[in-house]
Amino acid sequence: MISIVDITKTYEKGKITALSSINLTVNQGELFGLIGPDGAGKTSLIRIIASLLKPDAGSVSVFEYDTQKEYQQVRNSIGYMPGRFSLYQDLSVEENLNFFANVFRVDVEQNYHLISELYDQLAPFKDRRAGKLSGGMKQKLALCCALIHEPRLLLLDEPTTGVDPVSRNEFWYMLLKLKKRGITILVSTPYMDEASLCDRVALMQSGTILDQGTPSDICKQSGLVLYSIDSNQSFHLMQAIKEYTNTNTCYAFGSSLHINLKDNEIEGLMSYLSAKGFSGLDYIMIDPGIEDVFMEKLNQVA
Amino acid sequence: MNAIVVNNLTKTFGSFMAVDHISFHVTKGEVFGFLGANGAGKTTAMRMLCGLLKPSSGEGRVAGFNIDTESEEIKKHIGYMSQKFSLYNNLTIRENIRFYGGLYDIPKKELKQKTDELVEQLGLTSYTDKLVQSLPLGWKQKLAFSVAIQHSPEIVFLDEPTGGVDPITRRQFWDMIYETAHNGLTVFVTTHYMDEAEYCHRVSIMVDGKIAALDTPNELKKIFETENMDGVFRKLARRAKRNE
Repeated sequence: MISIVDITKTYEKGKITALSSINLTVNQGELFGLIGPDGAGKTSLIRIIASLLKPDAGSVSVFEYDTQKEYQQVRNSIGYMPGRFSLYQDLSVEENLNFFANVFRVDVEQNYHLISELYDQLAPFKDRRAGKLSGGMKQKLALCCALIHEPRLLLLDEPTTGVDPVSRNEFWYMLLKLKKRGITILVSTPYMDEASLCDRVALMQSGTILDQGTPSDICKQSGLVLYSIDSNQSFHLMQAIKEYTNTNTCYAFGSSLHINLKDNEIEGLMSYLSAKGFSGLDYIMIDPGIEDVFMEKLNQVA
Repeated sequence: MNAIVVNNLTKTFGSFMAVDHISFHVTKGEVFGFLGANGAGKTTAMRMLCGLLKPSSGEGRVAGFNIDTESEEIKKHIGYMSQKFSLYNNLTIRENIRFYGGLYDIPKKELKQKTDELVEQLGLTSYTDKLVQSLPLGWKQKLAFSVAIQHSPEIVFLDEPTGGVDPITRRQFWDMIYETAHNGLTVFVTTHYMDEAEYCHRVSIMVDGKIAALDTPNELKKIFETENMDGVFRKLARRAKRNE
């Protein structure tokens, strides 16, 4: 479906490396996530796949079309939703949709079934200017415009950035529904918790891929042994744990602390803590999540 | 002592009540989390607290000044940082610090000394004359925070300060927040990361222009019978009737 081979991209005459030797394959029907913070290279990679940006080296093919030589075919078969709101603010909801349908030479009525579930929520506002819509509505309209020509592949660049947790949930619910219809989806996000909703993910940082695979394989294969301690006094407790000689890493996760020890001897830490005057602490061994693994990989790189 | 006191604060745009009679206070040195779904009224409320928008009714004092009649004084006594805009990319680190120091009338001599201290604390001494755009995002955010509080404000407003930041830097940023709060600075912060809500002393959650809940994270979890703040947020935000 998408095959990315040795892609390198630099900006400002080679001074800034956005992507270095990226290799990635996305399979038919897959929901694939590019997970990483700002500056990881997610947008550059998506724009290269969409044939909007030329790589310095390497090649990308989408449905066996080369994104540089056969960009016309590539563009006809993909739906692309950029990170920034890309619609015409001065056109109404309906005008925007018609515009995108016209560009791709499709008929809105004929293809309405593709977007009916999304667009039904927008229909009461069809005469409102796109610029006057709320964030969530804009996002739905942008998705409609990306879907109207019946693309086989959807490229979504950070669709949930700055969106509250409940609305993010709703957006992912829509993606899973689109996936069921057989559309392949490549989505980027800085939110680590969204990784678990993808079939496979690539963890990205500073233009490189730290790891890729199914979320559960990535977590299992990390070999990270983690203990979690619940605490209401996290700040002081964390300071104490960080000072312990066998502590490798200690990170706050909400009201818990996730701890990796050099010797994996949790009892040693617990007696150290009780000697320090901390009482009533309980620990459990936990399976690492994507965010744990991501931080572990960042430390390995640094 | 209270850094922020708000009574029945309201803002209407035409017939739309963006902020609907909210009342709360924030104590000095507190890390106060200000949460809510998109469109719940957070930004409008925050703009009123910063003296950028006049309330339609109700009253509020920030750092002891009236938000309606003394908005210029408020601007001098608060710091502000957002993820979207914080520093000028095409100025150097030194120039950015000098620019913001100038805005807040920090005397030249003092500013010079402060600049040196600040870059040293952040470990950026060798980067002082480099353009901000050459810094990794994480460092930029830490620098932006330091710049936002260099005029020793009583309160700093942080609007989604950690959006898009990598998970390690996000945690280092919260270490900085804690340290400054420990030194007496009041921190008013918005975030979409629910794990960060757990790090606040108290949290308020806005739904449809009103404050639907306000308490310590532990109390909120008890009241809403969930294990984490994510659960609290979901239970509350689902009550929203306002269709964005």
